[in-house]
Parts: sequence; C-alpha cells; structure tokens
Amino acid sequence: MPILDGALKVGLDHYLYLSAVLFVLGMIGVMMRRNVVVILMCIELMLNAVNISFVAFSRYAENVNGQVMVFFVMTIAAAEAAVGLALAVTVFKKFREVNIRFFEHLKG
Amino acid sequence: MSNTVLFAILLLAPLIGFLFNGLRWKSHNAYLAGTVATVAAGISFLCSVVLVSKLFGEGAVPAVSAKFYEWMAIGGFNVTAGFVIDHISAIMVLVVTGVGTLIHLFSIGYMSHDERPSKYFAYLNLFLFNMLLLILGENLLLMFVGWEGVGLCSYLLIGFWFSDSEKAAAGMKAFITNRIGDAGFLLGIFTIFFLFGTVNFQEIIGRVSGVPDLTWTGPVTLACLFLFIGATGKSAQIPLYVWLPDAMAGPTPVSALIHAATMVTAGVYMICRLNPLFLMAPNVLNVIAIIGAATAVMAATIGLTQWDIKKVLAYSTVSQLGYMFLACGVGAFGAAMFHLMTHAFFKALMFLGSGSVIHAMEGEQDIRKMGHLKKYLPITHATFFIGWVAIIGMPPFAGFFSKDEILWKAFTSPHGHILLWLAGVIGAVCTAFYMTRLMALTFWGKSRVPESVHPHESPPSMSIPLIILAVLSVVGGWIGIPHALGAILPGHPGNWLEHWLHGVILEPAAHGAHPSATLELALMGVSVSLAALSALLAYNFYVTNPERPAQFVSKIRGLYELVYNKYFVDEFYFARIINPLIDASKGMWAYIDVNFIDKTTYAVSDVVRGMGSAAKSFQNGNLQQYAMYIALGVAVTMFLILR
Repeated sequence: MPILDGALKVGLDHYLYLSAVLFVLGMIGVMMRRNVVVILMCIELMLNAVNISFVAFSRYAENVNGQVMVFFVMTIAAAEAAVGLALAVTVFKKFREVNIRFFEHLKG
Repeated sequence: MSNTVLFAILLLAPLIGFLFNGLRWKSHNAYLAGTVATVAAGISFLCSVVLVSKLFGEGAVPAVSAKFYEWMAIGGFNVTAGFVIDHISAIMVLVVTGVGTLIHLFSIGYMSHDERPSKYFAYLNLFLFNMLLLILGENLLLMFVGWEGVGLCSYLLIGFWFSDSEKAAAGMKAFITNRIGDAGFLLGIFTIFFLFGTVNFQEIIGRVSGVPDLTWTGPVTLACLFLFIGATGKSAQIPLYVWLPDAMAGPTPVSALIHAATMVTAGVYMICRLNPLFLMAPNVLNVIAIIGAATAVMAATIGLTQWDIKKVLAYSTVSQLGYMFLACGVGAFGAAMFHLMTHAFFKALMFLGSGSVIHAMEGEQDIRKMGHLKKYLPITHATFFIGWVAIIGMPPFAGFFSKDEILWKAFTSPHGHILLWLAGVIGAVCTAFYMTRLMALTFWGKSRVPESVHPHESPPSMSIPLIILAVLSVVGGWIGIPHALGAILPGHPGNWLEHWLHGVILEPAAHGAHPSATLELALMGVSVSLAALSALLAYNFYVTNPERPAQFVSKIRGLYELVYNKYFVDEFYFARIINPLIDASKGMWAYIDVNFIDKTTYAVSDVVRGMGSAAKSFQNGNLQQYAMYIALGVAVTMFLILR
C-alpha cells in the first residue's frame, strides 16, 4: 500500500523499543506504587511488554515458536493475577486497605 | 571369694552406705543412719582382713590386687582402675577400716542428739570410700582422686555445723590450704609422668635408677619436692599446718577419724609408698627431716599453752605428724609407718576420749572449767590414761616403741643428725608436759566444773570403742620391738614389723660401723627418763601446786604470749600473703578486668553490632525494596555483559 510511501516504516527495532519502554514503566510501577492492585497491573504490563518482543521476534524470524510462548505467558499471567488478587482481597479484609506494607505482616 | 569380688565389696560398702544415708538425708533417725554406716564400715574391715590374711602364712603372696577396668588410654599413657594390697597398704587399710569402724560406732552415741545425723553418717562413709581409694589405688592418679575426695569430705565435716560462721570459715580454710598442697601434688604427678612415663606405683619403683640425684633442680629432686609439698598440705606440716588446729570445729569423732588417725597421715603414706624414689633425692630427704623436726617442736610448744581440750590434741597431732616426717626424712620409712599406726590408735583414743568428755560436759571444751572428772567418767579416764602413757612414750605402751624407733633412726641413719635427734627429744619432752597438763586439768586435781553441769559417763556405744582402742594402744607397739631391747627381754621377741616391711621399704645404704645395742638402750633411757621427768614436773605444776603455772608464766610473759598466740603465724599469713593477694585481686578486677578486658569485648561487640545493623537493613521484609535489588542486579549484569 503506497499511500504513506516515504513516511514512517515500522521495523523490528520499533517493536523492541516499545517493549523496553513498557517493561521499564511496569518495573518502576512495581517498585514505586503502594497499591497492590496497581502493582499487579504493573506486573501484567511487564509480562505483556515481553509478549510484544516475543511476537516481534517471531514475525521477524518467520518462526511460530515465539507466538506459542506468548500463549504460555498469558496463561501463567492469568494464574498469577488470580493468586495476587486473592492475596489482595485477604489483606483488604483484614486491614480495610490494599497497601503493600501490610504484606510485611504476613511473615511468621 | 575371688580377690576382685572382695575388693569390690571393700570399696563399695561405704559408697552404698553413703548413698543410703545421703538419699534420706532429711531423716532424724540417728540410730538407723549410724547402724547402716557402721555396718558398711565393718564390712569393709572384714573384707580387708580377709584380703590381708592372704599375705600371711603358707602360699603367701607379696601383694593381692584387682583390676576393674581401663580408666583411660591416651597413646602410651594407660591408667587402670586397679587396686592393690601389699605390705605397706595392708597396715594402712587395716588401720583405716578398723579405727574407722570404731569411730563410726562411737559417732552413733555422740551424734544422737544432732539435727542431721543422716547427713553426718553419709559424709563419714563417703570419706571412708575416698580414703580407701587413696590407700588402695595402684597408681598416683587413683590416689589423687581419693586425695581430693578426702579433702572434700574433710571440708564438709569441718563445716558440718555451718550455721556457725566461724566453723564454716574453718572448713574453707582447710579446703583452701589443702588446695595449695594439692597443686604441688599434681605437679609432682606430672613430673613423675615426665620422668618415668607412667603413674603406676609398681612401674615407677621399677624404673627408679640406682643413682641418687644430688642436685637441687634435677627431675627426681623436683618430683619429690612437689610430692612433699602435697604432703605438707594434707598432713599439716610447716608451712601449711595452720588449717588443722582450726579443723577442730568439726564434730569430735571427725577430728578423731580424719584429723588424727587417717586422712592427715596420707602424706606420710604417700612418701612411704614411693620410698625408693625419695631415697634417690637426698636433698629432699633433708628438707623433709628438717621440716618434720621443726613442726614437731613448734607444734608441741604451742600445745603447752592451749586451753581448749581439742586444740591441745590438734597441736599434738601436728607434732606427731612432724615425727613421722622426721622419720621419712632420715630414711626410716618403716618407723614412719609404725608411728603412723600407733599414733592412729592412741590419738583416735584420745580424741574419742575428749569427745566423751565434751559430751559429758554438755559441749564445754575449755579445760579450765573441768577438773576431777575421773570421779564421773571412770571408763573415759582409764582409757584416756592409757592413751596418755602411750603418747608420752612410756614402755611398754605403743608410743614408746614407735617414737624411740624414730629417735634412734634420727641419731644413726646416714641421713640423720644429732640435732634432729635433739629436736625429737625436745618434742617428746614437750609432749609429755602438755599431755600431763591436759590429764591433770581434765581428770585430776580439784573440780572446777560449773554448778549447772552434771557430768555423766557415756553410753556403751561410746565406751566400747574407747576400750578397744585402749587395748590397741597398749599392744600396738609390740609388733615392732627393737632388736636391742628384744635381746634382753625374756623370750627374745623379734622385730616383726621390720621383717614384714622388708623388701617393700628400702633402708638407706649405711656406712661406717654398725651402731651398738648399748648406745640404743642408752638413748632410749635418756628420752624416756626426760619425758618422765617432764611429766612429773607437769604433775607438780598442775596438781600439787596449782598456783605455780601462773607464777611461772608471769616471769616469761613475752615468750608465753608469743607461744600462746601460736607464734602469730596466722596473723603473718594474713598480713603478708592473704591480704596482699586480696588487694592484688581487687586491683586486677578494677583495672585489668573492668578497664581493659571488659572494654575490649564491648568494642568488639559494638563493631559486630554495627555491621549487623547495616546488613539488617537489606532484610527488612519490604517487597518493593527486594524488587529494586533485583532490578539493580539485572541492570548491573546487563551493563557488564553488554559493555
């Protein structure tokens, strides 16, 4: 489709830049935010950033393995979200708040 | 029964008695406790009689022994838990178990009104067990175990009435003074092991070389010197004798058993046991002889001035122990063992007699408040009388033979000297004086008994041991009649003891002419007549003219004060040794411990704590911080890989 010829050409490296930016954003969220639900969302963000790079590499290398891996990651992410949310609900029931610092009380 | 079984019964009977009484220590039943303890001691005595009888007659063996198990084996160092009765330990084991049984029996009556009789008899049995370990052990380590054990029992029994702080302090004094000697004994054992590679008596004696060690710092001399230091502690010789007079704070039968008849002779016994070794150290023998003679004279002079019946006997014991060491020092180990045995008889008798007096006087020990007790205490008086003639050395009582044997050997032995003999005679003269003084003030003369006290003769359980010991004090010396005297007596009795100890106790090699029998008889006559004169003088002082001692004392006031205050030895020790030591310890505590050692450890702990608290912040349970560490770690790793 030559409509946008000479304009932006999206290649592998653009996908990887996007992936890296999303990953770092997610990581900063995990480290900085206090709300457990937001932290869980940030973890999803990191996982999906990785998924983007998987898919990009898969397309680039014309190999379907990367896309298969993405399905696995999504499955695991769903399970992880379920466990994490269960924990968040438990903490909320006890402390009426979902602040990460209450997780310190779970030890021992 | 086999030897092993007999040895086991011999040793375990007192231990079982100790456990029986010790486990029911709250009981107030003096008769049950006393009977069990006495039977236990009696069983030991019977077993030792059976064992000793195997050394006699047809098929006699030089020694009976039993090995129970190997105590320790460290490389070439083997110690067996084995026990032996030979001709030396036979005398000792019979004296200890025999006299011990009698004193147990006596204690039943003496302690019948006490609050804690079970505890008392438990300690007494434990003492007997440890004493048997000391005597029968076939090596120095077993002897050392017994040595420490009897020291412990001595401490427990001296401080038996511990609610009186003075008596508790006397116990501690005995224990601490003994510890000083024990340290010397232990060093002696180390030196012996270094020298001979063994601690077994038989092997030590077998490995002693025949060449005397004439130096002052040679290994044999040092070993003997250390062992002798141990002996001065246990056997109350200068300079460590100070504990024994104070030890009279314990119950009187304890004084008789531990502080007169048995435990305090352990040092003499140990030296006799190792006599071939000591003979190879002539310098040490001279030291022993001089210390023995000095102790004999010094303690006898203190005995002249004391007013407490038990204190007089205590100084007498120190003095008689001095005689035994004098004998050891001149190489007359047989005479030392002889005097050990006869002294055990008559001194145990006199202590028990004094116990009977104290019991009759309802606890009074001051002889100024006695007098004319022979009317109330006929049996005690008669037996005490026999003890008196025995200790002042009148023939044919036991003390005469053993004491004159020592004096004769001090005069003629190659290690002897006329000055040693003279010291012995002076000691004998003093002994005769203070013992007569004791007799006179206690039993004779006018009664000075307070109105409120009504003396009464003791029960049979107390008088039977007195009678048996009195008989032994008469006949005990007849086993060692010297040849010079035997030759002129009808029937020519030989010196049985010398024959018995021949081979196990070596005589120092004599040189020069053999001393004549006439000389021996003459010296005997000199010492006996001097002692008799001294006793007559004392009788004159304290019975015929009771005002005379005071007049005499007022003439020599200074000297009397010096002797009465025991030459101020205790004060000297306090001023020069004990208090400086306490001050030095306080100084060490204040400056070295608090300022240096404590501060160093605090500094070390502060450093550790600081490092710990730094490390602790990494492990604070903050999940986000952990996540950050992971991210940092990944970042650093990526940087290192992709650089």
